[in-house]
Amino acid sequence: MRKALLCSAVASAIALSSVAYTAHAETLRWARSGDSLTLDPHAQNEGPTHTLAHQMYEPLLQRDMSGQIIPALATEWAPTSNPNIWEFKLRAGVKFHGGESFTADDVVFSLKRAMMPTSAMKELLASVADVRKVDDLTVHIETTGPNPLMPNNLTNLFIMDEGWTKANNCEAPQDIANGGDNACVRAVNGTGAYTLVSRTQDQRTVLKQNDNYWGKDLFPLEVSEIIYTPIQEAATRVSALLSGEVDMIQDVPVQDLARVGGAANLQVVTGAQNRTIFFGMNVAADDLASDTVEGKNPLSDVRVRQAMNMAINRDAIKRVVMRDQSAPTGVIMPPFVNGWTEALDAYPATDVNKAKELMAAAGYADGFGLTLNCPNDRYINDEAICQAAVGMLGQIGVKVNLDAKPKAQHFPLIQNKTTDFYMLGWGVPTFDSEYIFNFLVHSTTDKLGSWNNTGFSDPDVDAQIVSLASETDLVKRNQTIAEIWARVQQEVLYLPIHNQVLNWGMKGNIDFPVQPEDQPHFKFLTYK
Amino acid sequence: MLAFVLQRVAQALLVLLAVGFVSFSMFQFMGDPVENMMGQEATVADRAALEERLGLNDPIVVQFARFVGRAIEGDFGVSYRVGLPVAEVIFDRLPATLELALFSGVLAIGLGFVLGIYTAIKRDGWLAHSIMTLSLIGVSLPTFLIGIFLIWIFSVTLGWLPSFGRGETASFFGVELAILTWAGFKSMILPAVTLGLYQMTLIMRLVRAEMLEVLRSDYIRFARARGLSPYRIHYRHALKNTLVPVITVTGLQLGSIIAFAIITETVFQWPGVGLLFINAIGFVDIPVMSAYLLLVGVIFVSINLVVDLLYYSIDPRLSFSGTKAKGH
Repeated sequence: MRKALLCSAVASAIALSSVAYTAHAETLRWARSGDSLTLDPHAQNEGPTHTLAHQMYEPLLQRDMSGQIIPALATEWAPTSNPNIWEFKLRAGVKFHGGESFTADDVVFSLKRAMMPTSAMKELLASVADVRKVDDLTVHIETTGPNPLMPNNLTNLFIMDEGWTKANNCEAPQDIANGGDNACVRAVNGTGAYTLVSRTQDQRTVLKQNDNYWGKDLFPLEVSEIIYTPIQEAATRVSALLSGEVDMIQDVPVQDLARVGGAANLQVVTGAQNRTIFFGMNVAADDLASDTVEGKNPLSDVRVRQAMNMAINRDAIKRVVMRDQSAPTGVIMPPFVNGWTEALDAYPATDVNKAKELMAAAGYADGFGLTLNCPNDRYINDEAICQAAVGMLGQIGVKVNLDAKPKAQHFPLIQNKTTDFYMLGWGVPTFDSEYIFNFLVHSTTDKLGSWNNTGFSDPDVDAQIVSLASETDLVKRNQTIAEIWARVQQEVLYLPIHNQVLNWGMKGNIDFPVQPEDQPHFKFLTYK
Repeated sequence: MLAFVLQRVAQALLVLLAVGFVSFSMFQFMGDPVENMMGQEATVADRAALEERLGLNDPIVVQFARFVGRAIEGDFGVSYRVGLPVAEVIFDRLPATLELALFSGVLAIGLGFVLGIYTAIKRDGWLAHSIMTLSLIGVSLPTFLIGIFLIWIFSVTLGWLPSFGRGETASFFGVELAILTWAGFKSMILPAVTLGLYQMTLIMRLVRAEMLEVLRSDYIRFARARGLSPYRIHYRHALKNTLVPVITVTGLQLGSIIAFAIITETVFQWPGVGLLFINAIGFVDIPVMSAYLLLVGVIFVSINLVVDLLYYSIDPRLSFSGTKAKGH
């Protein structure tokens, strides 16, 4: 009897302590497939790297959990009477983790550092002519022409302390070509909500809350410690969540969603991602290298492209390949982006007969053969989507030969313009159509069109795209955007498939929405 | 003997150069590192400039000569992926791989011997039969599946052992080792079993086969006839004579455990050089890949050298004076 009593006492003590533990769960163990590549905030332009940096460093403006721009180190921003100059008012009383005061000098220094040749972020500041300090809490950014979207480009441009960075001899982002070591790759001195406790590359990064954070009363800040571990293998990552070894994972594979969602005390939080998956086609070449048609390019005929667009059954891909985790679309633009309309998003109904008629009208009643290049380790179920498309295109006589490769080999094909038909996914960090046009629609030049492998080139469209960069009349600018989209859709320049859906798996007591850029900002996380 | 060692070292260097050159020519087909290093906003001009600065446009021979020249000075460059010196990245990870390999090697040898002897002595027992059947799993199932399977049972269902990582480490003469802490030891069990399962079944089957062979030989029968105790017969006389071939195979397997822990390390997120290598391949991190392959080359060449030397010391029929006529 006494023993039983003791047992039940112990059991209830355990139960009590575990309740108490969940109520005060302050350590968040977080895993995703890859690690941040470097702590230097300007050395890599890559999602996981920015995500970790966001916990410790801060930009002037940032995107919150819904993707809206909110003030961070800048409190107000507006173009001045000179449309080429933007004025940013800085937050007063902010300290870096090392105790240094945050001033305009740090902003000038950091943005200029991000514009250096060895910086990976310089393209986002390509329009910037100069950054000037006006007074301790005011900065002017002068652009080469009016740039209505200047703020959108600043959300991943982190501010470092000038004195600390210089003292550590890393005034310039690391030059990997020249080797050598760089202290800023290993250490952090930001203004963010969390400070770095320890980090072992690819293993474990520990952050703790910054007691002197300026936003202490503005954000929930319920997580006091973050332990970040990359777990590359999807099955292991899911197992770690199921066994309770981690509290939150990104990149839940679609086939495991039901398992995670069905487990007690776990939930899957889903949200639209800022990334569209689509196929590109070489429409301009006189003849294609990989097709079976001699002396002609079947893809240069818009009827063939329309037929292919009609043959792809996006709903089937969503249902079978993506297990309902995708948003089929008719335009290569996620819904957050300025320029998106429901009409553009509507996709053609799958109609094999009509597609065959179009093929016949174009003179390809018997179809033709073509190679599709596809990555197999980049997007969610990328290779499976391509396989599905192969079958669908086969129904209208386009005999597709699938060539799936790792991303390191796939993307150079697009870059070097050596693929006729390829899969690509595109995210829009500025949340504006201009970004899509600059890379995917403008003819390839030294500066623009670096991902436009379609060969599409129209001087009028190019001129329209270039005009967007400096058009300050937003109504007129949006009109131009709509015109360019109309042209892109009319040409069927790309075959849109879907917008990806993000899935984060987490403990049931966490209240944390999915961020469209796949960037959790843990200062917003709350417990239920 | 010194002449022999020097000759073998010279040969080893040639082998390493060949390994290096072959791997360098392979890197051309692995993709474009610049693609990963620049991010999607990079312009055509930016890419060209970085390629030029990295020297990726030079002929392979020139790139290789540059790599060898720097490697001789001990400079393996900076990782394209993480921006840290390659030598540092690799030597930080090496203890994790080595301790995992050694632990799983010890497990494989220990269990392999015990089970091998047992199944040889009790070869008609039901337990021996079941062990033999189960051992088929070890030889036939891919490491990846075994790892996931073990995680499913011991981490997710039973919750006994961690599913990933290295737990805690403690410093031993400046080397961080997981086996010195309880959490680290627990983390090591599943990956070590996964990694060693194949070797264990191999050793077990080898020991069993050799043992059965020896047990059939005349001197064992005579020993039985002399009325020696079964214990003495099995462990003093039979086992001793099965050791030579088993030790040879075991030694060679150790090299492959170290070099090919890649899959196990990936499944368990074990932060060793194998995982580093997989990441390097995905990113086309040429400096890390070249240094890693060189390291694997060094490991294999040294193990072979040691094995060669052991042959000469074990087998008196071979002598160093006749190094040209090697007996194997």
